[in-house]
Amino acid sequence: MIEVFFQYDFLRYSLFTGLLIGLLAPLIGVFIVVRRLSLMADALSHITLTGIAFSLLLGRHINFFAGMNPVYMGMIFAVSGSVMIEKLRHTYRFYKELAIPIILSAGIGIGVVFISLADGFTTDLFSYLFGSVVAISRTDFIVVLLLTSVVAILLFLFYKELFFLSFDEEQAVISGIPRRSLHLMFIVIVAVVIGLSMQIVGILLVSALMTLPVAAAMRLAGSFKQMFLYAVIIGEVSVLSGLFTAFHMDLAPGGMIVVINVVILLFVLAFTSKK
Amino acid sequence: MQTNNPSHILEMDNVHFSYAHQPVLEDINMKVSPGSFLGLVGPNGSGKSTLMKLLLGLLTADRGDVKLFGEPVKSFKQWSKVGFVSQKANSFNSGFPATVFEVVSMGMYGKVGLFRFLKKHHKQKVREAIAQVGMEEYMYQNIGKLSGGQQQRVFIARALVSEPDLLILDEPTVGVDAQSVTNFYEMLKELNVHKGITLILVTHDIGAMSDYVTDVACLNKCIHFHGNKETFEANREEMMTAMYGHDVSVIEHNHAHDHHDHSHDHDDLAGTRS
Ligand SMILES: Nc1ncnc2c1ncn2[C@@H]1O[C@H](COP(=O)(O)OP(=O)(O)OP(=O)(O)O)[C@@H](O)[C@H]1O
Ligand SMILES: [Mg+2]
Repeated sequence: MIEVFFQYDFLRYSLFTGLLIGLLAPLIGVFIVVRRLSLMADALSHITLTGIAFSLLLGRHINFFAGMNPVYMGMIFAVSGSVMIEKLRHTYRFYKELAIPIILSAGIGIGVVFISLADGFTTDLFSYLFGSVVAISRTDFIVVLLLTSVVAILLFLFYKELFFLSFDEEQAVISGIPRRSLHLMFIVIVAVVIGLSMQIVGILLVSALMTLPVAAAMRLAGSFKQMFLYAVIIGEVSVLSGLFTAFHMDLAPGGMIVVINVVILLFVLAFTSKK
Repeated sequence: MQTNNPSHILEMDNVHFSYAHQPVLEDINMKVSPGSFLGLVGPNGSGKSTLMKLLLGLLTADRGDVKLFGEPVKSFKQWSKVGFVSQKANSFNSGFPATVFEVVSMGMYGKVGLFRFLKKHHKQKVREAIAQVGMEEYMYQNIGKLSGGQQQRVFIARALVSEPDLLILDEPTVGVDAQSVTNFYEMLKELNVHKGITLILVTHDIGAMSDYVTDVACLNKCIHFHGNKETFEANREEMMTAMYGHDVSVIEHNHAHDHHDHSHDHDDLAGTRS
């Protein structure tokens, strides 16, 4: 059952990419959840959709874009979206969360306009929305590998600062931690991870892979470090089993991955509430 | 302090501050010399916490100069020399899965610096600071599962762990039981006398405070009194009447429950340091 993933290159790359995002999404997810930014991940994933739609639209008219993986345009949009969210959070100082619905609806609205302008790429779009087992080429995989390494190294290097900022922003600032630049780095990382993960899980479900494993890990962990461990284990289990079942049963992997995550979460909740 | 040896740890010169046109502090002049233990008192809303935020660089004065260790706060960089326990210390998200050890370690981060990790001797210091506030039993407990007073001790340990030269405490004993308060004051005195740490303590507990501090400042929008404890004691009744309208030695006061929405508090920082 697993062997088939090694027989075909395209499946092998999907599998490896799955392994990487099963690591990356829950890692960044821990910080997203403790900083109460889960909804921001959602807004950014919708902006990614806008970028993808834009790229697909361009691809119909300009040859250069036809050959490009639309995910890169999606990432560019997500990164700019994350910077705009920051600006808006600053503008609405006392209603920070307003930034999220603004960006989210603007993203979908513009995305829908792009999609209808270039009607006729519905099958492609379906796999961007819900993920695909076969979407990854060798070049894509190498990009995923490179970006994963960069993100993992950044998270490792800035672990203690991000931890402090998440726990107690005021104290972190007092101790001299450069809040602004770290926060900017953080949301850019989130945008990149969304772009990477959505190739497997799909735009609509990408934030689930960042938050559900963490939601479960939070119930189990006794320390901040343990939370990472549990979140990554749950993330990997769900991505791998999701990919296998999706391939063999011809389902969208995003759906399976989220279903498995939800099942794990329910088990954890049932188990921990008895204690 | 190898570069310069300032005669004052803290200087405020003609400082004015207002929140959106509502003046909160007017013409503040204050000097704190090394090794002193200053008690800062004043009624609710008199601007004590605001004053602390100004000297921590979280807010910027509309007018006047604030200097720390002889350097303007704007350009001050050695923040590991300053420890701070906030009035709202225990308004953090109590579900946050961090252990006492992890929380106290945070106090080390500024000293350790970017791209570096806690070494063995740093971790040893963390354990010592936890022991110093009597929380060693709870070293690997989740911070959210401790009582308010225990959490407060952990935050004090976090402020102490980087061995600051200046320690600022904004009503640190709220929610701490009477016996622990006495122990706590003893500990502060010990830090002040034996380790030479300069202390600024914001408090409403004028009675308990005056046994330990060396200097007193009375604040109500402007400084009503700033001098040594002996002078304060001699003029105490006058001071109290000027500030509160009557002599109050101990004010029943509990801030543990008055935190506002936490996310808004973060916004106070948005415009200044980061
Ligand atoms: N973030 C803020 N925005 C606007 N006004 C504020 C803000 N924080 C404090 N104030 C106002 O500034 C004044 C001084 O507040 P501050 O918190 O400095 O008082 P305090 O002396 O610390 O009081 P307490 O004894 O209650 O802690 C108060 O009138 C308060 O309403
Ligand atoms: Mg106050």
